[in-house]
Amino acid sequence: MAFQAPTESYNGKIREIKLGSAAQVAVGGENTLPFYTFEGSVPNGPKIAMEVFDTEPLGWADELKSVLGDVWGDPVAWAKKCESEFGADIICLQLAGTDPNGANRSVGDAVATVKAVLDAVSIPVIVYGSGNVDKDSEVLKAVAEATQGKNVVLGPAVEDNYKSIAAAAMGFGAKVAGETPIDVNMAKQLNILMSNLGIAVDNLLIDPSTGALGYGLEYCFSVNERIKLAALTQNDNMLQSPTISNLGKEVWKAKEAKISQEEAPQWGDQRKRGIIWETLTAVSVMLAGADLLIMRHPESVKLIKQTIAEFGI
Amino acid sequence: MALTGMDIFKQLPKTNCGQCGIPTCLAFAMKLAAGGASLEQCPSVSEEAKALLSEASAPPMRGVTIGEGDYALKIGEELVMYRHEKTFFNPPGYALLIEDTDDPAAVDSKLQSLKDTVYERVGQTLRANLVAVKNTSGDAGKFADMVKKVASAIEYPLVLMAEPAAIEAAFVSADIKKPLLYAATAANVDAMAEIAKKYGAPLAVKPASLDELGDLTTKLDGMGLKDLVIDMGTRTLKETFQNLIFTRRAALKKKMRPFGYPTITFPAEETADDMMETVHAAVYTIKYGGVMVLKDLSPEKAYALFVLRQNVYTDPQRPMQVDQGFYPINGANEESPILITTNFSLTYFIVSSEIEGSKMPVWLGIVDTDGLSTLTAWAAGKFVPERIAAFITKSDILDKVKHKTVVIPGYVAQISGELEEELQGWKIVVGPREAADIPSFLKSFQPVMA
Repeated sequence: MAFQAPTESYNGKIREIKLGSAAQVAVGGENTLPFYTFEGSVPNGPKIAMEVFDTEPLGWADELKSVLGDVWGDPVAWAKKCESEFGADIICLQLAGTDPNGANRSVGDAVATVKAVLDAVSIPVIVYGSGNVDKDSEVLKAVAEATQGKNVVLGPAVEDNYKSIAAAAMGFGAKVAGETPIDVNMAKQLNILMSNLGIAVDNLLIDPSTGALGYGLEYCFSVNERIKLAALTQNDNMLQSPTISNLGKEVWKAKEAKISQEEAPQWGDQRKRGIIWETLTAVSVMLAGADLLIMRHPESVKLIKQTIAEFGI
Repeated sequence: MALTGMDIFKQLPKTNCGQCGIPTCLAFAMKLAAGGASLEQCPSVSEEAKALLSEASAPPMRGVTIGEGDYALKIGEELVMYRHEKTFFNPPGYALLIEDTDDPAAVDSKLQSLKDTVYERVGQTLRANLVAVKNTSGDAGKFADMVKKVASAIEYPLVLMAEPAAIEAAFVSADIKKPLLYAATAANVDAMAEIAKKYGAPLAVKPASLDELGDLTTKLDGMGLKDLVIDMGTRTLKETFQNLIFTRRAALKKKMRPFGYPTITFPAEETADDMMETVHAAVYTIKYGGVMVLKDLSPEKAYALFVLRQNVYTDPQRPMQVDQGFYPINGANEESPILITTNFSLTYFIVSSEIEGSKMPVWLGIVDTDGLSTLTAWAAGKFVPERIAAFITKSDILDKVKHKTVVIPGYVAQISGELEEELQGWKIVVGPREAADIPSFLKSFQPVMA
């Protein structure tokens, strides 16, 4: 009995967007579901952005300290290590220190850090604010201006600050990641609103929010999957932007990733547990459609790269 | 092909007798087509019609049960390609691989560890499901001994990986109920089918190619063996992934009966790296695996896989719920603050993990809001003063604390006044809106003791 492979075809395609300036990295570009290389083309596959924080992280898991502790007080050294040792495709500079409820670093300090990191690496850079709506708007505007020509990605632009962030990006040639809370229609709506301001859709990425394994992963999974299905099967232009998953910070908040072996002996090896928690979250979001994964632990990054390679990409 | 209501109607007696509980035969036919009724309800349908209809109305992918009793695993009977279309129904099983050449002491400790790797999460018990015993030695006696040893050590159903003679030997030496027999190939299909029939056991098929798969399953079906599980024979992530998608599509979208069975995969044979083995199993958990056979189910890997499976197989239309009640966190005592929130599992997880992270002892009160999150529950009238007050008054929390102060989520600050009226003698404090702000809130908050 000859088996007729039940392949399907799609009438839409994810936009291919080139990030960075020196060593550019392309994301998106696929015209099929994630890793469905038997019925379409996946020219780039998911790309990994590794996190670098502007200020020394507090309260992070011991496991992270053992692999990142030597550089985490110095964003430039940290970024270099991600590029040369850990094999990051992209750097995601998290400006957590600018949060007014935290270290409240000034706009000037933040810009100086961004420029120093940009000078130190040749791979593309994503600059994420602290998540404080007003401060992000201020900081990211200044970052856009200071990084003109570097083709950075700024984010997250949200409902309450997308106007100023998108305007700055447009003015200085940056790209924007719009973040919405786990909802297909809101993701689409934010892209529409930003394009209405005049920013080209080729400069937009979608961050549909991430829930870690055990912490809302199922919602995040289905939203990513539905975005890709709408983009590919309904040719929905506004959902054809490449998608970002900012998963590292969600995963490493989970107690399963950081609690010590003494406190939770039933959960097994502490070191591997955190790495697996991040890896399985990343596997899930990329199987759901995420084009760009923001990750933290170098071992998890290695496993995900290995997985992508085993898919033949 | 699935039948329409009209196709079914043609086969019914058309007497409108109503004995099925539905007034007309047409309405009954429509209900049958939609899966809302069973043909058994009609007392006067002819035998031929019954045979015809039950064949045609069978689910596109058969459900197969491995084992018996409390530890039985049912896989298959899936109806959709994407979980948001409806839901994935029968969670796949994880099988630990034991070879009959393994050191007996190592086997004992592996099985003990597997039995201990059991967790409670959102009211569900999470654990592995099967033990696969492989006849690596090629010696039927050795295999039978190992099967006997495993069967007496653990109640999980077995997968017997051997040629027919060794499997027969295992059945003779040990009392095993409905193990999955692995596997019928073109070369041994008759002998394997005979054993499967004799012991009423489900049977895995392993064709040399997808072309051969249909021949094998059709032949076995013709012999009366319907409880089949497919191994597509591939041992790379890329090919296994592709074939899992192809067989699921062939069954569900093309309604090809010979492909309408659940699957078995072997991460254990696809990689030598323990972490990559977990990754392969995760991929197949998400995309259409029925059983995943692994060499390593150590707690840190098993727990992550179990939680992934729970997430993927959660019904998107029915949010996961936590039981109503007061939960002590960080060793809550009689002076610890009381915080309340809704029983949406995600709300519970995020709030409880923030509290745990703060290291401050707290009583977390979970109000039954039918699984809705804070604001949605408030808007739906399920997280309102009367309901919260009733929950607190009917509970035994006052036996556990010596204060009467309750902290409510910042998002429902507007109910604080009314709640204070409902809860005479209690003080209501409005807490933070976001769970992330709970630790800093707790640092400066202390209820006033009575």
